[in-house]
Amino acid sequence: MIESALRNIGRVAIFLLRLLRQTGVVFTEPRAVIHQIYNCGARSLVIIMLCGLFVGMVLGLQGFDLLQRFGSEDALGVAAALGLLKELGPVVTALLFAGRAGTALASEIGLMRATDQLTAMEMMAVDPLRKVIAPRFLGGIVAMPLLVAVFNVIGIFGAQLIGVQLMGVDTGAFWSQMQGAVELGDVNEGIVKSVCFGFACSLVAVYEGYHATPTAAGVGLATTRTVVISSVLTLLIDYILTAAFLGR
Amino acid sequence: MKSNRSLEIGTGLFVLLGFAALIFLTTQLPGSGMTFGKADGYKVLAKFDNVGDLKPGSPVSMSGVRVGRVEAIAFDAADYRAEVTLRIESQYNRIPDDSDASIQTAGLLGGKYVGLGAGGSETFLADGGRIEFTQSAIVLESLVNKFFANFADKGGTTTTPETSTEENP
Repeated sequence: MIESALRNIGRVAIFLLRLLRQTGVVFTEPRAVIHQIYNCGARSLVIIMLCGLFVGMVLGLQGFDLLQRFGSEDALGVAAALGLLKELGPVVTALLFAGRAGTALASEIGLMRATDQLTAMEMMAVDPLRKVIAPRFLGGIVAMPLLVAVFNVIGIFGAQLIGVQLMGVDTGAFWSQMQGAVELGDVNEGIVKSVCFGFACSLVAVYEGYHATPTAAGVGLATTRTVVISSVLTLLIDYILTAAFLGR
Repeated sequence: MKSNRSLEIGTGLFVLLGFAALIFLTTQLPGSGMTFGKADGYKVLAKFDNVGDLKPGSPVSMSGVRVGRVEAIAFDAADYRAEVTLRIESQYNRIPDDSDASIQTAGLLGGKYVGLGAGGSETFLADGGRIEFTQSAIVLESLVNKFFANFADKGGTTTTPETSTEENP
């Protein structure tokens, strides 16, 4: 039990090191990376924007209900912006990313493994890590912070839509209080989180795909494991990072 | 080549959108970015000794109804006071020119706003007009200090510190 856990951790670490050695692929084959940014990022944009809008609207409703009990509905902008920037934006985006892009990556790579495409590459002295895995990994890391930023902006406007248009919070108070209370450090916290989540989710997806059992069931299992491990890892990293940021 | 073109356009759009969102988050949210809300109506100036954390965009209200918002806050080095530019919506054009302005706090955690109290004059504030009677933001700490200083000096008889008698809307 302990031995297998250790071996798993070791395998991931070795895989990561081999992968990092291939990150030069950004410069030698930028087109492959761009293609993967499109796959992971641009194609997740619609679902991210839709979910951002709804999360923002829910924040607007819940925040308004909570704050009006203290007669401070004007602070809704602050509550929504900080909630989105620091927590909800990065975490919800990472969970959606694991479901939308992570599964696609894992099943694609797993199917390549199952149909011996990766072995064929090795036979031709082409490193599949360089040709297949590294561009996907890097594409995911680049896409995540951008997706989170889009999610946050849409979410803030969603909260504004509910708070200002529907609930009657003053526009000026909503924005000026938000601008007064949000600091650059809060924005940076969200960006750091999103980069870390992008790293973790992409790594899990390509690792699970690459090491999938080359059968139909194996590919399915790899996809499931990608979602489960990515989600748990996201929330775990989120706790660690939050504690680190607040402990300053 | 067709699919290549749409792929590049899609990626380009996505990256642009992402960076636009990042720039919005980093420049507009912290500090005073642009102020949201319409800018119509007429300008009125008022000088305050202390504006507290009043910000451009904060509401200006009269009897609890918002009649405009704060457009700009500047420091006037000539008389060491803060000059606040208020923009009042043009439909509220019958505010007496001897009205008073005070800086108040909305609710427990709420922000500062400017409250106007109607005066009795027959002439009304116009564009570029000036409100002469102003009351600064109430700083709770200095209020408490003043209270205890008076309390110690006079052996128990206190003068009530000047506070606004206006109802908090």
